[in-house]
Amino acid sequence: MSDASHVNDFVIKIATANGTGSASANGLLMKALFRMGLPVTGKNLFPSNIQGLPTWYEIRANRDGYMSRTGRVDVMVAMNAQTYSQDLAEVSPGGFLIYDSTWPRRDMDQRDDITVLGIPLARMCNEHFDVARIRILMKNVAYVGALAALMDIDTEVLKTLLQETFASKPKLVEGNLEAIRLGYDYAKEHFTCPLPVRAERMGDNRKHILIDGNSAAALGCVYAGATVGAWYPITPSTSLMDAFQGYCERFRKDPETGENLFCIIQAEDELAAAGMVLGANWTGARAFTPTSGPGISLMSEFIGFAYYAEIPAVFFDVQRVGPSTGMPTRTQQCDLMTCAYASHGDTRHPMLLPANPHECFEMAVQAFDLAERLQTPVFFMSDLDIGMNDWMIPELTWDDAYQPDRGKVLGPDELEDMERFYRYLDSDGDGIPHRTYPGTHHKGAYFVRGSGHNQYGGYTEDAEEYQQVVDRLLVKWDTARDLVPAPVLTPAEQKSDLGIIAFGSSDGAVIEAMDRLADTGVHVDYLRLRGFPFADAVAEFIEAHETVFVVEQNRDAQMRLLLIQETGADPARLASLLHYNGLPIPSDAVVDGITEHILKEAAA
Amino acid sequence: MTFIAKPKIKLPGEQLNEIGLKRSDYEGVLSTLCAGCGHDSITAAIVQAFWELSIAPKDVVKLSGIGCSSKTPAYFISGAHGFNSVHGRMPAVASGALAANRDLVAIGVSGDGDSLSIGFGQFGHAVRRNVNMLYIIENNGVYGLTKGQFSASADRGSKSKRGAVNRMRSIDPVATAIALGGSFVARGFSGDREQLVPLIKAGIKHRGCAVIDVISPCVTFNDHEGSTKSYAYTRSHYNPAVNAEYIAPAEEIKANYDKGETMLVTLHDGSRILLRKADSSFPPTLRSAAMRYLEAHSSRGEVVTGVLYINEDMPLVHDIAGTTATPLTDLPYERLSPGSEALNRLQKRMR
Ligand SMILES: Cc1ncc(C[n+]2csc(CCOP(=O)(O)OP(=O)(O)O)c2C)c(N)n1
Ligand code: SF4
Ligand SMILES: [Mg+2]
Repeated sequence: MSDASHVNDFVIKIATANGTGSASANGLLMKALFRMGLPVTGKNLFPSNIQGLPTWYEIRANRDGYMSRTGRVDVMVAMNAQTYSQDLAEVSPGGFLIYDSTWPRRDMDQRDDITVLGIPLARMCNEHFDVARIRILMKNVAYVGALAALMDIDTEVLKTLLQETFASKPKLVEGNLEAIRLGYDYAKEHFTCPLPVRAERMGDNRKHILIDGNSAAALGCVYAGATVGAWYPITPSTSLMDAFQGYCERFRKDPETGENLFCIIQAEDELAAAGMVLGANWTGARAFTPTSGPGISLMSEFIGFAYYAEIPAVFFDVQRVGPSTGMPTRTQQCDLMTCAYASHGDTRHPMLLPANPHECFEMAVQAFDLAERLQTPVFFMSDLDIGMNDWMIPELTWDDAYQPDRGKVLGPDELEDMERFYRYLDSDGDGIPHRTYPGTHHKGAYFVRGSGHNQYGGYTEDAEEYQQVVDRLLVKWDTARDLVPAPVLTPAEQKSDLGIIAFGSSDGAVIEAMDRLADTGVHVDYLRLRGFPFADAVAEFIEAHETVFVVEQNRDAQMRLLLIQETGADPARLASLLHYNGLPIPSDAVVDGITEHILKEAAA
Repeated sequence: MTFIAKPKIKLPGEQLNEIGLKRSDYEGVLSTLCAGCGHDSITAAIVQAFWELSIAPKDVVKLSGIGCSSKTPAYFISGAHGFNSVHGRMPAVASGALAANRDLVAIGVSGDGDSLSIGFGQFGHAVRRNVNMLYIIENNGVYGLTKGQFSASADRGSKSKRGAVNRMRSIDPVATAIALGGSFVARGFSGDREQLVPLIKAGIKHRGCAVIDVISPCVTFNDHEGSTKSYAYTRSHYNPAVNAEYIAPAEEIKANYDKGETMLVTLHDGSRILLRKADSSFPPTLRSAAMRYLEAHSSRGEVVTGVLYINEDMPLVHDIAGTTATPLTDLPYERLSPGSEALNRLQKRMR
C-alpha cells in the first residue's frame, strides 16, 4: 500500500449491532471528511430488525469524486463480536482493522497481511461515563476519536460539528468531546499516527450538500406544491413521508393561524393510499404516495383505473429487494416491469429514473408537472440506495419563477363560455383531453369511470367508441416520449462501438468503471436513461453500437426487456450486466463484466 | 353514444327550490337497473333530499364502488362530478377528494358486497376517520351485479333464489358502524321514502361520516319467499324506531312536541334534527343503548330503522390533522412554495 495512493482515497467500514446508536457517530465521521473537502458517500447496510442484528456503515472518500461502492475495505472498525471473523476477512490486503480490545479476540482469526489495532474502547468509556446507555453511545464516538488520530481527521472540525449538532445541549458537547479525546489520545499513544490511509484537507465542498434521496424527493414534493400525501409505512419509502411531514411542519404552517397547508393521511393499506391519491388529484390537489414493491402490487387496480380514467397521480417507488417481502433493507432496481405496465389490460406508464438525490429533488417536481400535463399516473423509480443513503451532491437550487404545469384544466370562465364540455375529447391532437375540478362550474361536471367510456365521457360498450379512446391513449403515450427527462450521453474519449446503457443508482459505478476501463484501453460510450417511454435517442444509441451493455440491478434484465419491447432493438446487440445481491452495485461489477465479455469475444 | 340521456321534461309550474332549481335538475341519466330494483327508489330519495336542501349541484361530488348500487350516482345530480371507482374502494377516493377540498358535499354510494366484503376495511376506516360524507349502503343481501350470490349481509337462514340456505352469520353495517365509533348511523328502507328522505337530509347535513344502511330489495335475485331482504319480509318486520325530521336553520318547529318521545339535535350550521322515537326509553345518543336496542330487536328478526346513533361533536379527520379551513385546492402556489431563500437556508444544515 503506497502512501500517496491512499491519501483521500479510502473506504472505512464500521461494523456494529443494530440499535447501539452508531448512526450519529458514523454521520459525524462522514461529515468531518466532507468538511475537510473530501468527496464522500455513506452507505448503510442494515438489517430488517430493530435491535441486535449486525449492521454496517461504509464511508467512501475519493479525491476524484467517485461515489459508488468498491469491493475494497481499507479500514475496518469491527465493533461487533458477532461478525468479527467476517469483518476481518473482508479487509483488503495492506488494510487496517480496529477492534475493541476490552474483550480479547480469538487468535485463530489473525491475518498477517493486514494490521490489527486493538483499542479498549468499552473499558475507557466505562471508566469515564456513569450511565450505561451513555457508555454504549460514547464507545462509538470514541472510535471516531481514534480514527481522527489514525487518519489525520481534523479534530477542530469534529468539535465544530458537535457544537452545531448539540447547540442547545452544551452538556452533550462536553461528553462527546471527552469520548473523542479518549480514542484520540489512546491511538496517539499506542500507534504510529497517521496511517498511510489518511485524510488531507482538499478543495472545499461549500457548493455541495449531504442528503439522502428520500429527503430530497420530499423536498421536491413541497416545492412542487403537493398538498396531499397518503401512504402506508414500508421500508425503504417511509423516510420520504417522514421528511415531507418534517418539511411541511417547517414550511407549510399558516403563519397566522398555525393551520396546516397540507394533509397527510396514513391509510389503512396501499390500496386505500392509492385511492386517496386519485381522489385528491381528481379534485385538483397535487397528491402523491411513497411506497415500495409490495405496495405497488396492492395499488395496481387503482393504477389501471387512473390510466384509463386519466387521473394524474404520482407514485414514488423506492425499490427494495424482491420477490415478495424479499430483503426489505437491501436495494434493487426490480420493479421496472411491474411499474411500466402496472395493472391488468393494456396499460403503460411514464417512469422517471433519478440517479441521485439531486435528481430526486428535480424529478419529484417534474413528476407532478408530467402527471398533470399527461393526466396519468407517473412513477418515480428510486431505490433504497438512493433513497436512504447519504450522498454528496451539488447544492440544490430553486427558480422562483417556477409555476406548476397544471395541464389542460378548464376554469369556471372557460366553462361558462362553452356550449358543452366533453371530458375525453382530444381537441388538438396531442392525445390529452381537458379536465375540470369539482366545485368550479356545473357545466364542468363529468362522470369518471373505469368501465368503458366514449370520448364524451359517457358509458359505452360500443366497439368503435371504446377503441377510439384506447387508441387516443397511445397518441398521448407518444406525447409523453418527448416530455419525460431525456437520456444523458457521456461519450468515450475515443470512438467506440461499445456502449453502456444504465440508469438510476448504477450511474456512479458506470462512471468509475468507464475511467478504469479507459485506463486499460477499453473505451465505452455511456447513455444514461432518465425517463420512460424512451426517447428516440435511445434506439439511435443502440443502433450506433455493436454491443451495448445494459447495466441493471435485478436478476431478469428487466430494462433490457423493456428496451427490446419498446424500441424494437436487436436483442443480439444488448448484453446484460446484472447485479442483484441486494448491495449497491460496485464499479468492479461493471469493469469485470465488460472485461470478461471482451475476453470471451476475443477467445471465440 | 350508448348511454341514454334522460329527457328533461318541463312540467308547467314545476316547483323551484331556494336556488331556483327544479327537482329534475337533480336527476341524472336514465337508470339501467331492473324495473322495481330498490336502488332506483333510493336514487329518487337522494334527488328529493338534495333538491329540498337546495344544494348547488356543482358543489356535490358523488362517488361509488362497483355493483348495481354503485352505478346509481350516474342516475342523480348530473351537474355534480361523479367518480365510479373500483370495487370496495369508494371510501378511499372520497377521503382523498375531501382531503383536497373539504368544502365539497360528498355522497358515497356503495353496496353490501362493496362495503361489507371487499371493502370492509375501507368502510371501517372511513367511519373511524369520520370523513365528512354521506355514506349510503344499498343493502340487498346479495351481489346483484354478479347474479345473486349471498353477500356478507345475508341473514342466517335466509334462502337464495335457488333454495340454498345461508348458514353464515350476517354483518350488520349499522351495528358495525356504531361499534367502530361512527358519528351518525341510520337505517332506512327503499320502500319507505317518507322516512328515507329526511334521513338522507340529516345525513348530508351531519358534520362527519353519516352511514345510512338502506334495505333495498333486489327484485331479480333476492325478493322471493324465504329471503329476509325482500319487500315482503322487510315490510312485515319493519320497526321504525326513530324517525328523523330535518329542520332548516331559520325554520320553525311546527310538529307537536311530545317530550320523552322527541329529541332535538342541533347541527353545526344551526339546523336541527327532530328525532321521534317509537320507544321513549331509547336515547340514540348513547352508543351502548343503541347496541342493546339493535341486539334485542334484530334477534327477533326485526328491521330496526331510523337514526340509531348520532353525535354531532366528534372531530373530523381534518380537525385531528389540523388542516386549514381553506380547501387545499384553493391555496395559490405562492402559499405552498417556500422559495429559493428558504432552500438555501435549509441546506446550510446539510453541510
Ligand atoms: C376486484 C373485483 N372483483 C370482483 C368484481 C366483480 N363484482 C362486480 S359487482 C360485485 C358485487 C357487488 O355487490 P354489491 O356491492 O352488493 O352490489 P349490488 O350489485 O348488490 O348492488 C362483484 C363481486 C369486481 N368488479 N372487481
Ligand atoms: S340485479 Fe338486483 S340489484 Fe341489480 S339492478 Fe337488478 S334488481 Fe337491482
Ligand atoms: Mg348487494
